[in-house]
Amino acid sequence: MRAQVMRFWLRLLPLVGIVLFAGLSPAKAQKSANMIRFGYDQVPENIDPYFNNVRIGVIISQHVWDTLIYRDPTSGTYKGQLATAWRWTDDKTLEVDLRQGVKFHNGDAFSADDVVYTLNFVAKTENKVVTQNNVDWIASAEKLDAYKVRINLKRPFPAAIEYLAGPVVMHPGGYYAKVGPAGMNTAAIGSGPYRVTEHSIGKYVRLERNKEYFKDSPKPQPTIDKIEIRFIPDRQTQLAEILSGGLDLIMNVPADQALQLKAVPSVEVKSGETMRIVFLNFNTLESTPAPQLRDPRVRRAIAHAIDRETMVKQLVGEGGRVLNAICFPGQFGCIDTQAPRFSYDVAEAKRLLTEAGFPNGFEIDLVAYRERPQSEAMVNYLRAVGIKANLRFMQYAAMREQVRQNKAAIAHQTWGSFSVNDVSASTPVYFKFLPDDINRDPEVRDLLEAGDSSVDPEKRKANYAKALGLIQERALGVPLYSLVTFYAMAKGLDMKTYADEMPRLWEVRWK
Amino acid sequence: MLNYAIKRLVLALAVAVAVSAASFLLLRLSGDVALALAGEGARQADIDLIRQTHGLDRPLVVQYADWLLRILGGDFGQSLYFKTSVAGLISSKIGTTLWLGLFSIVFALALAIPLGVVAALYPNSWLDRLALSLAVVGQALPNFFFALLLVMLFSITLRWLPVSGSETWAHFVMPTLALGYYVTPPLMRLVRAGMIDVMGSDFIRTAHAKGQIPWRIVMNHALRNALVPVVALAAVQLGFLLGGSIVIETIFALDGLGYLAYQSITHKDFPVTQAVLMLLAVAYVVLTLLADLVNAWIDPRLRTQER
Repeated sequence: MRAQVMRFWLRLLPLVGIVLFAGLSPAKAQKSANMIRFGYDQVPENIDPYFNNVRIGVIISQHVWDTLIYRDPTSGTYKGQLATAWRWTDDKTLEVDLRQGVKFHNGDAFSADDVVYTLNFVAKTENKVVTQNNVDWIASAEKLDAYKVRINLKRPFPAAIEYLAGPVVMHPGGYYAKVGPAGMNTAAIGSGPYRVTEHSIGKYVRLERNKEYFKDSPKPQPTIDKIEIRFIPDRQTQLAEILSGGLDLIMNVPADQALQLKAVPSVEVKSGETMRIVFLNFNTLESTPAPQLRDPRVRRAIAHAIDRETMVKQLVGEGGRVLNAICFPGQFGCIDTQAPRFSYDVAEAKRLLTEAGFPNGFEIDLVAYRERPQSEAMVNYLRAVGIKANLRFMQYAAMREQVRQNKAAIAHQTWGSFSVNDVSASTPVYFKFLPDDINRDPEVRDLLEAGDSSVDPEKRKANYAKALGLIQERALGVPLYSLVTFYAMAKGLDMKTYADEMPRLWEVRWK
Repeated sequence: MLNYAIKRLVLALAVAVAVSAASFLLLRLSGDVALALAGEGARQADIDLIRQTHGLDRPLVVQYADWLLRILGGDFGQSLYFKTSVAGLISSKIGTTLWLGLFSIVFALALAIPLGVVAALYPNSWLDRLALSLAVVGQALPNFFFALLLVMLFSITLRWLPVSGSETWAHFVMPTLALGYYVTPPLMRLVRAGMIDVMGSDFIRTAHAKGQIPWRIVMNHALRNALVPVVALAAVQLGFLLGGSIVIETIFALDGLGYLAYQSITHKDFPVTQAVLMLLAVAYVVLTLLADLVNAWIDPRLRTQER
């Protein structure tokens, strides 16, 4: 009760402040200094991109480092960044031609040696890259000549291109060999549009425009001279900072507060769809804690009981969209054409429940870890058809423990795919017999495996479409919607938002 | 006095060990450390690797004994999150917290002493009521709430002070006010009670009879006597302030020990959480011990009661 009261006041206070004091003086923007001060709540454990697993780490990595390949966020097409061309020589071998004339921030010239060192370093499990998923497909890298490398894969993995355009950044080999991840954390060196001038652990990272950034990069030449990324854990403090002009940009603003911030003249609020999808996952294993879920009619009834359209309008916000398959629509292979639709239909839900032998509903646990208002809304929708869902809201780690220990009946899951634009980074996590799979449907697994391992794009699409259709046909989960993130920025900051939750500050400018 | 001091010291050590054991066990019981460290999307292999790397697959008692032996040798271990030495992290942050604690206690005393004196000199007057009201508000208002009020006034409306950070003296103003105000009431009440007590004593009457100037009587005779127990209480309150800095430093993103504690809890960085908890507990125990010793030195009855 005390915690609830505290939360209430904490949420109310800034809003009262907005209403009372908004507009009294404009935000002290950093336009004249051509600088952006960006506040974020999470602290990366190490800014070396291979040694953190937080969103701000991804944001820093894309500003400070470059990748071999670049995915255009608007068209989705792949372009060469540190690579100029690439080709599959067989299912497990990729040859890459490298760009000449690129320099790292310390003056080292980029060459095949850097690619070979980086890839061989991160591929070794003993080097303990935090997110093994990003690199565990790499067997080794070989130098063919000064600007040509061969990447050997452990298994056929067509999504390698997507990973080479995302989390797999290139380090200066010689420097990295000398300083390692710890040294990279304190004195980061990349080849990206910004270089790190100072990293105060747990406090801030300061970046400066790389004036020698190579002109042929598909990333536009940066215009902002300086960026300061400050780690501010308290969201209310972040709000106060943006209101008082102490920050120019914050993201992940809660929807209700974003709405209030829209009334502040000195602040602009933008919303953007993210790759984070939301879905319900049913435990249909033989040992499920809720045997009712073994009956597909019960699962379909739950799918029919939830009004996803209204939830998107009322709770998710502008930019979110209803999903028909458990993947993000922009991802390669996310094809929902074979997936049956479950419209909001209370009568149908009740009919299915009666048919399944539950005319008076039943009691069941729903575990969740974020977007609590959405979980609560679903609890109410289920109640309307007679299902008494007990919401067990907890930290992510605790929820995952419940799921993996087979103690969760229905899990309210969300998944961001690490911004990887390929279905192999989403659906298989929950349906390919991995630890979070609480259905273990062999037919779905085989189709996903076929999609994951083929290098033929059409074959991949066909297998993924069948798998996604089967998941919905069997109602193993309920795809809900994509989430939206709200950005609050100082008026005058010209910034475009993208679905991968990546503020591309290199293309931002002051109006 | 020596026996009393030794007894108190042994008790303080026992409390410190109990706190260390309780914090260690509670933190471990709060969930699987390896799972928490692995983060979203980690596979079983990642989790197993973390478990082995950090020795989390050993029995809990062995882990605790190992940790206790190491901290006794001055080795607080490595931060699981920042991958750097815990001692280094703490030493880089402790200065901010000590300054904040010091500023806050000075502010609290600067507020409590004049208010307490005025309240005692004019008991049951409107001045007394005003001082009492300030004390009641300070006691009743949660410090995070007061902090947000300060932010609204000084940062959002007046734009005089920065909201967060720890680079300049201006960054310390609001945290000092928020933290200091919270511990002012007990100090003020003690000053008031002590002053009322002293002002009724014989030597004050004698001073008045000798025709001394009233403010000099208050400053030189009454206050000097009334302040002795206040100093002891202030020491205890300083320990309380160091603990209370977790919330305040988090709100103001002040880069101190409290903020580090918050970050370590968020990241399930158990070596750091344990070290900070231990440090704060030891600081509290030491300051309470000092207060006990000062009190016993002032008032011999406490020493005899112990026997």
